[in-house]
Amino acid sequence: MYLEATLTPPVKETMRTSGADAVLRSFIAEEVDLIFGYPGGAIMPVYDALYHYQEQVRHVLTRHEQGAIHAAQGYARVTGKVGVVLATSGPGATNLITGIADAMIDSTPLVCITGQVGSHLLGTDAFQEIDIISISMPATKWNYQVTKAEQLPEALSRAFYIARSGRSGPVLIDITKDAQFEMFDFAYRKCKQIRSYTPVPALNLKQVEDAADLINSAKKPLVVFGQGVILGNAENEFKQLIEKANLPAASTLLGLSALPSDHPLHVGMLGMHGNYAPNVLTNECDVLIAIGMRFDDRVTGDLNRYAKQAKVIHFDIDPAEINKNVQADIAVLGDCKESLQALIPLVYERSHQGWLKEFEALTGVEQTKVIEHDLRPTSGPISMGEVIHQVNLQTDGNAVLVTDVGQHQMVATRYTHFKQSKSNITSGGLGTMGFCLPAALGAKLGVPEREVIAVIGDGGFQMTIQELGTIFQTKAAVKIIILNNSFLGMVRQWQQLFFDKRYSSTEMENPDFVAIAKGYGIDGKSISERDDLKTAVMEMLSHNGSYLLEVHVGKEDNVFPMVPTGASVSEIRLE
Amino acid sequence: MKQAYTLSIFSENSVGLLNRITSILTRRHLNIDSINSSESESSGIYRFTIVVKTTEAQVKKLVLQLEKQVEVMKAVYHTDSDTVFQEIALYKISTRSISEGNLVEKLIRDNNARILSVESDFMIIEKTGHKEETQELLDFLSPYGVLEFVRSGRVSVTKPMGELEGI
Ligand SMILES: Cc1ncc(C[n+]2csc(CCOP(=O)(O)OP(=O)(O)O)c2C)c(N)n1
Ligand SMILES: [Mg+2]
Repeated sequence: MYLEATLTPPVKETMRTSGADAVLRSFIAEEVDLIFGYPGGAIMPVYDALYHYQEQVRHVLTRHEQGAIHAAQGYARVTGKVGVVLATSGPGATNLITGIADAMIDSTPLVCITGQVGSHLLGTDAFQEIDIISISMPATKWNYQVTKAEQLPEALSRAFYIARSGRSGPVLIDITKDAQFEMFDFAYRKCKQIRSYTPVPALNLKQVEDAADLINSAKKPLVVFGQGVILGNAENEFKQLIEKANLPAASTLLGLSALPSDHPLHVGMLGMHGNYAPNVLTNECDVLIAIGMRFDDRVTGDLNRYAKQAKVIHFDIDPAEINKNVQADIAVLGDCKESLQALIPLVYERSHQGWLKEFEALTGVEQTKVIEHDLRPTSGPISMGEVIHQVNLQTDGNAVLVTDVGQHQMVATRYTHFKQSKSNITSGGLGTMGFCLPAALGAKLGVPEREVIAVIGDGGFQMTIQELGTIFQTKAAVKIIILNNSFLGMVRQWQQLFFDKRYSSTEMENPDFVAIAKGYGIDGKSISERDDLKTAVMEMLSHNGSYLLEVHVGKEDNVFPMVPTGASVSEIRLE
Repeated sequence: MKQAYTLSIFSENSVGLLNRITSILTRRHLNIDSINSSESESSGIYRFTIVVKTTEAQVKKLVLQLEKQVEVMKAVYHTDSDTVFQEIALYKISTRSISEGNLVEKLIRDNNARILSVESDFMIIEKTGHKEETQELLDFLSPYGVLEFVRSGRVSVTKPMGELEGI
């Protein structure tokens, strides 16, 4: 194969099998025991092989390929393993694209297998032929078309290695139908290294020392951390670092749950609908320490007015992230588990008392102006915040929170208490409506022992509502909360604030969601009174099996604080 | 300030890589001035030479994005003064229009060009040089009627020593 690699000795001895059979054997060699997919003509040989391996590889039939890939993403995010997806050629493959793009931008390890028309038909506009390699190219970390069975083990071993190593991401392998039928001598050799690919840049100790010096000299340090801490399994090192030097730490949307929400040094979430204190103080810190985050525009607001007063230290595994958006004074490349381990002994113990007080003071302002009213309103319709508050009280922060995209996502991630890592599953970079329901299914199948709560808007729910069927069939006990405001709420909020309340195509007349759930054999309830909330959440949580709770919330409630687009983070509005 | 940068990209020989490389440029709305690909001095390692007009800040990011691709070993950028580069141009002109006087001879002498082929009704002239030079000859020949003209992508080698070691 053209991609020069170092391989391990064969897992088992060579044997004669079909290409399709080899796909399953390769999965087993990579310890894959759960996959998601949808069959069709060009992938039928693999489905036939699957039939023979049901004991070892469980396949979950979703109701749409988009559902399959989001489920695989939920599974991957909650377990840290590679998610695997199967789809047929043509429309099956194109239906994966949104999920592939989502996994790419959120660094989720996936291996997607698509069937392709026979190799003699390539380029003939055959039935269900689409050039999925070209379509998926900008949204995959790597992709490859297999036209001969003998290429399969090498392609798959590279696929799994590339998906999970370094900055993880999605890989797509397209297999022509003839290659699936073809018989060949199969032996699986895992991939250990690829000549042209450096997944983890070597750690430079000089950079770590420089970073330590700067941190030690800082009067007002601020740590901003992202999903890199979780992907790098560096939660402990991260906690040790901030505790040793008493560094206030603020999370990106995807960094949430890497540090317990109630940790005294956790100063909240960054960004457009993040917390007041870390946004304002980003523009007052003297050293900004970025760990495993990529300075997304939703986090930075106007870059020309972002932390200009601060020296910036950037820890990242991906060299292309350094200086991409924010110029780093010191860049520490490498796996953050390793770089933080090297850093911890070099930083001094500090108290930063006065500086930490500044966070407390601003948090207090947000508490009285926003949070109190969000979590404990006394009149008017139910607020999204009080629903999340109620869930917090009853789950004690032990649930996995899966969210869709919109106002409910921002409220749920702002207010949910996380106690353990890998508990916050959401579509961050792509902001994919429809992500939540299938991702929650995948998450529940990945960690069946944990409570998995899907918080979804009435809009996004209807984008992948068909996955209720999969939840029904798999009996995955996902708890679904629909925060129904009868609006595409986040868009409506922007229309209210920036388009003089012209609510263009954002109001929805919704169906009876509980009746729909019942049709799928899923119990549920709809409430609109504050007095019913506590019991309703209790019923949902104690229900044996999946459950849908629809909560009618204020139709025109807004999410604050907010950094309007184009504004600086310190111009964050509280109302 | 925007200027021409030559990107040299060393990679595995993969079917789809050209697509990946160009999309890194096109998604940032950069026009590719010229592109060339061939096997490098190390067998099995391919070299793309791409010329883009952009800023230094942008080209630095491009190189990192290019190197991030699994099949790319190394990517570097250079300004014109840091490379030795050439392009080749071919001109097809009607024999009749140009055969008067000493025109052909003069043209070849003055332009360091050469005749590749002479047929009964046309001849092919070849010239190697920088774009301005091949363009100059084109402008000179235009009045006589140029039947076909084609210019290749830039090929370039870098001046700094040692920089491409370990590929
Ligand atoms: C696939 C997709 N289409 C459009 C959007 C743009 N968008 C962002 S939030 C939003 C509204 C979501 O409405 P709903 O699901 O009801 O959630 P709410 O904001 O009301 O909580 C829309 C349309 C998107 N993010 N994803
Ligand atoms: Mg809504």
